[in-house]
Amino acid sequence: MTIASPHISVKNLNVYIGEAHILKNISIDIPDKKITSFIGPSGCGKTTLLKTLNRLLDTSGTDVRIEGKVLVDGEDLYAKGTEVTHIRKKMGLLSQRPFPLPMSIYDNIAYGPKIHGERDKKVLDEIVERYLRATALWDEVKDRLHGPATRLSIGQQQRLCLARGLAIEPEIILGDEPTSALDPVSTQRIEELFLQLKDNYTLVLVTHILRQARRVSDYIAFIYMGEIVEFAPTEELLLNPKEKMTKDYIRGYVS
Amino acid sequence: MDKRKLEENIFKGIMGVSTLVIIGSLFMILWTIISHGIHSLTWDLVSKSPQGGFYIGKEGGILNAIIGSVYITLGSTLLGLIVSIPIVLYINVYARKKSKLVAITRLAFDVLFGIPSIVYGAFGFTIMVMLGLKTSLLAGIVTVTLLIIPILVRAMDEVIRIIPFELADATYALGATRWETGKVLLKQSIPGILTAVLLSFGRAIGDAACVLFTAGYTDNIPTSLSQPAATLPLAIFFQLSSPIQEVQDRAYGAALILTIIVLIISIGAKYFSKKLSKNKI
Repeated sequence: MTIASPHISVKNLNVYIGEAHILKNISIDIPDKKITSFIGPSGCGKTTLLKTLNRLLDTSGTDVRIEGKVLVDGEDLYAKGTEVTHIRKKMGLLSQRPFPLPMSIYDNIAYGPKIHGERDKKVLDEIVERYLRATALWDEVKDRLHGPATRLSIGQQQRLCLARGLAIEPEIILGDEPTSALDPVSTQRIEELFLQLKDNYTLVLVTHILRQARRVSDYIAFIYMGEIVEFAPTEELLLNPKEKMTKDYIRGYVS
Repeated sequence: MDKRKLEENIFKGIMGVSTLVIIGSLFMILWTIISHGIHSLTWDLVSKSPQGGFYIGKEGGILNAIIGSVYITLGSTLLGLIVSIPIVLYINVYARKKSKLVAITRLAFDVLFGIPSIVYGAFGFTIMVMLGLKTSLLAGIVTVTLLIIPILVRAMDEVIRIIPFELADATYALGATRWETGKVLLKQSIPGILTAVLLSFGRAIGDAACVLFTAGYTDNIPTSLSQPAATLPLAIFFQLSSPIQEVQDRAYGAALILTIIVLIISIGAKYFSKKLSKNKI
């Protein structure tokens, strides 16, 4: 499938962790201002693929070898001399469980803008309010902005992490099974937020919930054993899969 | 009574007795130093240095040892932190997790941890002789620093290793540099680090063997790093070995002061650690 003017373009990506060949010759174009989901069974490499998109794979200190290219706005992430912090600033990340920074609610949001040079208290106040509103948290936390972020419920914490990611003004939001620790109501809120956000952001989600992929995504990539089996618009992939493997996987979920 | 119930009761009994023995020993220690030392714990003892006939039971106090101990302990804890925080950050944040260097570093600190303090004292002394230095506050501080660095590194390493790596990922994902990420992780681990500092502080203030050859002993309060310094453990040691009852009692007074200092520090650290950990995950 060809995507006109993709936001992220992965070209012949191979990832090895130790001896294991985790991702095999992955090429995928991720469309701009759409939601793209990676689905597939546990251990298929979908999280690894997501992590290569903002170079979080090579921080962990493990023995990782990465070959190939990941182009974001035409800039190769893995080229020598690419500034990692600059790339990561373009992307917000939501992990499986929320990990608020060990600071107050306010400082969690203000942290990103602060490290990127924003010092003006007024501007920071505005940023904090804007993104807490964007994630529908403002009314719930406005009276305890300087209280610890860890007192929030898990669902609130996840929205806080989303707000924190948005505050660095990224273009892309990466979600690694971002609702897997949440209850149905919190999950629904996050999904609604994603649908609002795609007007301005490119979203890439990893999910093992097929129904979630169906509810939110515009495109789905089915990954199996480190390879992209099929990549197509959501309805097409779910209702009319071309590959037998995709068909079997979807059926396993549906029936 | 059936067998399971009996078994449970036996183990309950053992647990209770062990706990009582420990708490009992604490109180017995406290009782011993208080009952022997309380009479000699006068304002003179804490506000004066030894005067003419101090060591035969006459006037004077152990201000020299109190000040010396405080200098050495604060100095070495500070110096120890300055050296060990970068080590801990390096092996946990910068270095590759499974690299040989990290494994060797951890092993080295395990070995250093097990070395008795008298060996550090002898080592410090040897270095001083090589450099032609006399006993001094500085030599004492450096030697005690060597003693507590393994404690600090090991304790802080444990604290930092249990930080979820996702917190580091979350910070990196915001575009933070490694140094900025390190600072966030440090914030998360401050209560644990305080405990480590407290551990090493207690060790530093109570150790006699390290300072015996290096800081020496003097009746004067040191006014520069190159002068010798007295310490509380040595004040206890020297006075306790005296045949004079008065002087022996003062040893217990000194022990009481040492205990009080450690207690104040412990309680203070607990308080601050609780305050600081309110934002912890």
